[in-house]
Amino acid sequence: MDLPLADFLQIDFPALLVASLAGLCCGLPGNFLVLRRQSLIGDAMSHVVLPGIVVGYLLSGTLDTLPMLLGALGAALISALLIEVIRRLGNVEPGAAMGVVFTSMFALGVLILEQTGASGVHLDVEHALYGNLESTLWFGLNDWSDILSADGLAQMPGSISRLGGVTLVVLLVIILFFKELKISTFDPAMATSLGFNARYISIGLIIMTATSAVAAFDAVGSILVIAMFICPAATARMWTDKLSSQIILSSVVALLSGCLGYLIAAFGPFLIGANYALNAAGMIAVVAFLLQAFSMIFAPNHGTFGRFLKQRKALREPAEI
Amino acid sequence: MLQELFEILTFQSGYNTNVVLLGAGLLGTAGGVVGVFSLLRKRALISDAISHATLPGITLGFLVALALTGTGKSLPFLMIGSTLSGILGVLLVQWIKDNTRLPEDSAIGTVLSSFFGLGVVLMSYIQTLKSGSQAGLESYLLGSTASMLQSEAEMIAISALVITVLAVLFMKEFGLVCFDPDYAASRGWAVSKIDLLMMALLLAVVVIGLKTVGLILIIALVIIPPVAARFWTDRLGIMVAISAVTGGMSCYLGAALSALTPDLPSGATIVLTATALFTLSLLFAPKRGIIATALRQFSFRLKITRRRALLSLDKGQENLSFLASLLLKREGVLNSDRALTEKGKKTVVTMSRDQALWNQYLNDYPEEAFAQNRWSLAMITDILPRDLIKELEMSIDSPKKEIG
Repeated sequence: MDLPLADFLQIDFPALLVASLAGLCCGLPGNFLVLRRQSLIGDAMSHVVLPGIVVGYLLSGTLDTLPMLLGALGAALISALLIEVIRRLGNVEPGAAMGVVFTSMFALGVLILEQTGASGVHLDVEHALYGNLESTLWFGLNDWSDILSADGLAQMPGSISRLGGVTLVVLLVIILFFKELKISTFDPAMATSLGFNARYISIGLIIMTATSAVAAFDAVGSILVIAMFICPAATARMWTDKLSSQIILSSVVALLSGCLGYLIAAFGPFLIGANYALNAAGMIAVVAFLLQAFSMIFAPNHGTFGRFLKQRKALREPAEI
Repeated sequence: MLQELFEILTFQSGYNTNVVLLGAGLLGTAGGVVGVFSLLRKRALISDAISHATLPGITLGFLVALALTGTGKSLPFLMIGSTLSGILGVLLVQWIKDNTRLPEDSAIGTVLSSFFGLGVVLMSYIQTLKSGSQAGLESYLLGSTASMLQSEAEMIAISALVITVLAVLFMKEFGLVCFDPDYAASRGWAVSKIDLLMMALLLAVVVIGLKTVGLILIIALVIIPPVAARFWTDRLGIMVAISAVTGGMSCYLGAALSALTPDLPSGATIVLTATALFTLSLLFAPKRGIIATALRQFSFRLKITRRRALLSLDKGQENLSFLASLLLKREGVLNSDRALTEKGKKTVVTMSRDQALWNQYLNDYPEEAFAQNRWSLAMITDILPRDLIKELEMSIDSPKKEIG
């Protein structure tokens, strides 16, 4: 197979970059969501932002980040409020309250999208579900050195700069507030006794989740957002008990599944002689799951097979008395 | 437009539309009934994993049907495929929950995103096939009644009826397992088998609802009606009935609305109709509704303000809040110059005696007083028995001398 460098740089390189950044930007906050048993907030978030994004787009008439982000954050806040009201008044489990709100919001988004003719321009429902990673193009790149040249940077696709910015912010927030996040995740009561309100940290985490979801949603679609919130963190959790190593490991897993998934989807079929590409976002989710499945079985301490080996070894060794 | 809607709703617009509407209505009823039990068993979001997990099954069913019969859109193949992959999804959630350190919500998220991802990959493969019959698979994402065949609608209606009848027949067993599985086991019932039947009915609703509502929004059918019904009642039988009616109505109305606007996915109209019915419940339900709760809280606040105002008048403090003086003026305790009337003096004395009795009760019977959730909220004579009040009165009037 012959692949000119310019083609790679213009088509595949930006897609790989978007996939990696989206993975990082959702995978980092995902660590805390998995530990706090709030994984499905990522799921809910990626559904409820749809009406917000559509309304932001309709009001501003552009696909700029800011109006869509504001719309999405507004939708996320309204949803959080509604979930709380339904949970308290209706005396139902949080999961059910969440289910009511996120299906309603998503349906509302679909309705607005189809009724106002906003669909087809850039936003449509399928796009919202599985993104269009493949259509991220970076024109003007003919050589590696073009990436850092002024001309190359000027033509950088919006989704890359957007995702890059959000990822950077998320990373900074996690590094700066690492201690607070850690303590409030494992022991909210202790966090309060130390003088910072665990509730505010929790709200901050939800806002961070919403921001990541919105930034990644546009580029990779909601399904990959959900996968990246959960799978890398869950995978890392199989290998380590230490939060900092879990975060680093999950970032590696997120990058790995992003790149591997894209490459398999884009070039896998060519290798077996076919002439088409598969959906990259879906393939990344599948790869992330395969990595997680491997870890769930073979990780030394927490994998099922690893545990089995350990038990057998313990049985063979003579008991120390 | 309204005329047309009326015709659709009253079954006057052709056999095909009628069957589709009937099927949707019955599907909603089945979802409402089955959803009550999955809500009470705290399993609402498992259905999210099931519904997303059906996508690879649908696409594989399509591919198998394409290879065997030459056309992919064969409903039996699609349904068998979606059932199998739905079962696989549930089993995987269960396995992750039982065998790893990951909690249930992570298990659900993992399964729904990875199965859906696989389905999306397979769909992108199907789109490259030159068979031309792949159009229509998308309708399983957001539902479409417009492209539904008569035979499909009939099958949905019959299956939904069977599911509803089964769920109603087993209502007693399901209810007991939901509320107290240990007790059910101790009575000798096969809890795991009953659980399995509940799960099977849930899966069946999801599978037959894919075409009408679509797999993204199908979980609304088993969550929104039961949660809406929960606002109205605490009794299982009534909750099942309300949920069934809510579900049936939303599907029937939603499908009729989407028959008017064919380019709108029917899933969205059905879910938004359900949301509208849910909002009505949230606002107007007699005990739990927002309006009832607000009224209750307001009358509670009035009660407290009145009592505190009367007690402070008794102590000679006359700077009352605006609300309190308004309240007391209307009652006739204060006259227009904000001075106590004759009747008012009596009321103040009664109230201060009442508070003294309550305080004595707290002093003499602290545990009972803490358990009494209307302590110092209502008149003590309305709550405690007369002989106890007499005893309290005696201990106020002649306090016990301390011994020694």
